Amino acid sequence: MAARAVGFGLPLAVVTAWVLARYRFPGRPILNALVHLPLVLPPVVTGWLLLIIFGIRGPVGALLNDWFGVRLVFTTAGASLACAVMTFPVMVRAIRLSLESADPGLEQAARSLGAGRLDRLFNVTLPLASPGILVGAIVAYATCLGEFGAVITFAANIPGETQTLPLAIYAALQVPGGESKAAQLSLVALALALVGLLLSEWIGRRLNTLLGR
Amino acid sequence: MSLEVLLRHRFPAVQIDLQFTVPTPGVTVLFGPSGAGKSTIISAAAGLLRPDECRIVVDGTVLADTASGVWLPPERRRMGLVFQDARLFPHMSVATNLRFGLRRAPGGPVTFDEVVDLLGIGALLPRRPHTLSGGERQRVAIGRALLAQPHMLLMDEPLASLDAGRKSEIMPFLTRLKTALRLPVLYVTHALDEVAQLADSLVLVEGGRMIGSGPVSEIAARADLPLARRDDAGALLLCRVVEHDAARELSRLEGGGASFWIPLLEAPTGAERRIRIPAREVILASRPPEAISLHNIVPGMVRRIDPDAPRRSVLVEIALPSGALIARVTSDAIVRLALAPGRPVLALIKSTSIEVLGS
Repeated sequence: MAARAVGFGLPLAVVTAWVLARYRFPGRPILNALVHLPLVLPPVVTGWLLLIIFGIRGPVGALLNDWFGVRLVFTTAGASLACAVMTFPVMVRAIRLSLESADPGLEQAARSLGAGRLDRLFNVTLPLASPGILVGAIVAYATCLGEFGAVITFAANIPGETQTLPLAIYAALQVPGGESKAAQLSLVALALALVGLLLSEWIGRRLNTLLGR
Repeated sequence: MSLEVLLRHRFPAVQIDLQFTVPTPGVTVLFGPSGAGKSTIISAAAGLLRPDECRIVVDGTVLADTASGVWLPPERRRMGLVFQDARLFPHMSVATNLRFGLRRAPGGPVTFDEVVDLLGIGALLPRRPHTLSGGERQRVAIGRALLAQPHMLLMDEPLASLDAGRKSEIMPFLTRLKTALRLPVLYVTHALDEVAQLADSLVLVEGGRMIGSGPVSEIAARADLPLARRDDAGALLLCRVVEHDAARELSRLEGGGASFWIPLLEAPTGAERRIRIPAREVILASRPPEAISLHNIVPGMVRRIDPDAPRRSVLVEIALPSGALIARVTSDAIVRLALAPGRPVLALIKSTSIEVLGS
């Protein structure tokens, strides 16, 4: 579920970060605010908004259901969508930072050597921003595993389908005598978070060495 | 064949308005203090900056002409650009960097092996840019630009970020390049030694305007230009080695229609060498002196006398049959020798004062 969330969210995050980093246009502040909204909005509100938009009677959800028979609410796919939306700002931020720190002189050099816009993007800009992209993806993945509010609101708490770690911990705590299970799950969460952070740090450093920074 | 540049652009701080035409192939050096607008010319030629008005024609090919709406983007203009910082792609090996432009070029006369050999970078191919020294990086950057099969090479202070040692390490490659590739080169610098070693044509830029342009030997000896107002002012002559006198440990060079004896040179006869004769080392005389250690008594004609008030001296431009010398003397000397434009004069030059460049 988390992998799917990152998999779908990442390309979109790259494009959004690129647009925000490179272009100045009238709607830019609004796009910027929209991207960062899930970061400041209570997650339950985000989940509720998703419910309204992607619910079976929602404007997008109804279309998806009618045309493709796809139902997002209370499904794994729905949980992925909720996670993707929640982690989107984290990814965009990391990618945008690395895009902005990439030397524009290298793009000029690529231009003078005959590389067009897309050529430059794929062969120069994105490889140079790769540390940021990877770190963003790893942090987003780890965050997905811990998502609570938006998932429970939009995709409910179905064990094995839409249940994230905190949801499972919460469920365990609701049952008498579930403390030990909660403790085990908490340990797993702790380990995952640590591994995620260490991994992102390590990969970031490796890539930066490779790029000679 | 010629290179024609016209550029007009208004910046908040400086107004650039210059125009020059120089012969090709050859190295045209844009020389002047920083902020004079030299780099703007390079950016405009590369297409990275669009000036208010600009026309660039290389050997009859119009690369840019704002008047008729010709403005190719940098990626389609095929100008080889070498920056002050090498700007190699850090995520690629040296070989991949070199092939970056080659793969995107429509094909041309410059081959990979030729460039690698010319710049001596064969051993660097598998390495990453961040493991190279500054001089090595700059050589790779030059190779990368050449392999993109450019119409012209644009170099924006390519040696400015290197220390003297690295600079002298890379200079021989640049002089080799000059002779090996018949490519027009526009070269920006504010270092006089680079002008002396590389320039065929010289364009002096100051405050956004062109204050002089022409063959380097002519401009370097002009008494009325700011170049002559420098402590290291001097004439530049393109010479040919004509004979060696091993017994006397001397070599004779001919250039500018005159002949010069210098301490024995390790170069075959017929080889071309540039010599620099500093203005402060030239003595003027109206009659040949006798019993003197001097080897070079060069007859010429006074073309121009310009005062250099801050130094309490006078600059004398001396015409040779096909070139010029410049001498810095006192105004008293002018009076004593009764020198005036059009009068014959003898330039006395110690053989050890003549600097042989690029050897």
